[in-house]
Amino acid sequence: MEMAVFLLFAALALVSSLVVVLHRNPIYAVMSLVVTFVSIAVMFVLLGAPFLAAVQVLVYTGAILVLFLFVIMLLNVSGDSSRGFDLHKALAAVVAAGFALLLLTLFWGRYHGLDLSPLQESDVALKPLARALLDTYLLPFEIVGLLLLAAVTAATVLARRSQDTSS
Amino acid sequence: MDSIQPQEFLLLVPEIVLASAGMLLLLTGTLKTSNGYRLCAAISLAALALTAVLLLIQGIPGAPRVILSGMFIVDGYSFFWKLLFLVASAFTVLLSDRFLSDGGYRPAEFYSLILLATTGMLFMASGYSLLSIWISLELMALSSYILAGYFKHQTKSNEAALKYFILGALSSGILVYGISLLYGATGTIQLDELAAALPAALALETGSRLAAAGWLLLAMGLFFKVAAVPFHVWTPDVYEGAPTPVTVFLATASKAASFAILVRIFYQALPALAPDWQWITAAIAVVTMIWGNLAALTQTNVKRMLAYSSVAHAGYVLIGVLAATEDGLWAVLFYLFAYTFITIGTFGTVILLERKEYAGETYSDYAGLAQRSPFLAAMMLVFMLALTGIPPTGGFFGKIYLFAAAVESGWIWVAVVGVLTSAISLFYYIGIGVQMYLKESGDDTPSALHAPGLVGTIAVCAVITVLLGILPEPLVQFAKSSLVGLL
Repeated sequence: MEMAVFLLFAALALVSSLVVVLHRNPIYAVMSLVVTFVSIAVMFVLLGAPFLAAVQVLVYTGAILVLFLFVIMLLNVSGDSSRGFDLHKALAAVVAAGFALLLLTLFWGRYHGLDLSPLQESDVALKPLARALLDTYLLPFEIVGLLLLAAVTAATVLARRSQDTSS
Repeated sequence: MDSIQPQEFLLLVPEIVLASAGMLLLLTGTLKTSNGYRLCAAISLAALALTAVLLLIQGIPGAPRVILSGMFIVDGYSFFWKLLFLVASAFTVLLSDRFLSDGGYRPAEFYSLILLATTGMLFMASGYSLLSIWISLELMALSSYILAGYFKHQTKSNEAALKYFILGALSSGILVYGISLLYGATGTIQLDELAAALPAALALETGSRLAAAGWLLLAMGLFFKVAAVPFHVWTPDVYEGAPTPVTVFLATASKAASFAILVRIFYQALPALAPDWQWITAAIAVVTMIWGNLAALTQTNVKRMLAYSSVAHAGYVLIGVLAATEDGLWAVLFYLFAYTFITIGTFGTVILLERKEYAGETYSDYAGLAQRSPFLAAMMLVFMLALTGIPPTGGFFGKIYLFAAAVESGWIWVAVVGVLTSAISLFYYIGIGVQMYLKESGDDTPSALHAPGLVGTIAVCAVITVLLGILPEPLVQFAKSSLVGLL
């Protein structure tokens, strides 16, 4: 069962990330990046790290991708802006291929055949994390809350339309 | 580490009240009232006063109390600073009223950010872990960035906010990188544990390298926040471009808060490195005094001159820090206390002479002020004398105590530089006096004293400045008593 779920979402992650690269319309590309990230979140669940999965969905899917979508929609980028082959694409391809090669050699060269123990449950479990955040680091945690409030206030001050200046 | 006890939160009541008032102010922004400016200023003042009263009721515990898993400390040192921050913020609120209503800027968010920044300062004064200190520093800094750019239709204000934000973010990054290296060397970020673990780390080769890089980066970040040369480049533009009440806030409360954490970190976390940071601080203090005073000589804009003068004063305060004696430390507290009132008074006078956001800031605008408004001219003269350090003002005793502490602890050459640069500063401070009393005024319109809050603030600051110059002893005793447990 676990294997089936793994294979399904591994395939989904691969296919959707191919779509990200290959699709002409940037909105579809970003949407399929959502699928990639959710599939990776499922991998984290399978590895016994539910908190990482939740963070993956919240931060990457929830926040960063929505930002991407906003930018794309605001700039009104329609598809097909750059077809054919240019220097940028060649450079990107070389960098990506080099990075993939590096990762592969690392995994094969250093870790192949080694008995790698998976993450301990206690390393990623929610309880110690919650304990750390709400007990040891309670005060910084609360001040971060105030900090975020100040940031939101600051954003509204800057973004407010100019005619609405007096109360 | 022990678990947190519920009653520990009782010691946090002043901070909680102030933060809640900041949130309450945001709600008043949605009210449709005709006198929103008065209402918001009144709420802010009431909140600051209430916080001060709660703080006074709480008082100074006999021995320092470390609570909330070692994140927060209640001692005389934090008590002194908290009172100073609350007073400086209250004066900032008093100075802001007319500025906001003249420009038609919304008051709710402005005062809310002031209160949030002040909350950050209170937490800074009580921070006992590098983590809580850093986070509260960020709370103060982030609010200040926006306050500096509050006149968002003015290019100068935008420029100030942007420069402040970019350089402030950079310095925060340097600071937190230093903290992470120190954590790597010692395995802790709590100040007393750090101090205990540091000698062992310094004995190891890698540990000493990590610790050296860590504390140097940390110190760089702190010097940046107190605007010491060569980390001062943001100061003139930010002080000039920010709305003047915000400049007051940055030059007094914000600067004092940065000094509060600088002293606490140096003395409570890094005593093992004292000879090192004494030398670095001495070098920085000397460069700061020389450069700040020379640059101030060449300015034509009064706010810019005061910005450089504020840089120079940071250099004087550093003299007390590097002395590493009790005398040096209470001199630092005394000086920053006196400097706060002098600076508020000076900028209050500048605000009264300003018209329409930025006009009226050059030296020539002060020509003949003695005829137009003898009261304002006299006040300004008192503050200029105090900034130079001429008796009978608080600035005189402040400098005497700092220089004496340096001489006693053997840093005579630093004190000599301090005295010489003070003499240089006489030229530009008295330059304003010459403009006011000896030059003829271009326009004869009598300066209107139409803002009672402002005039009252200036008068109170002048009285305190002179009082400190005649009776420094009570403040000296207060500063001394608040150092119990720090050294």
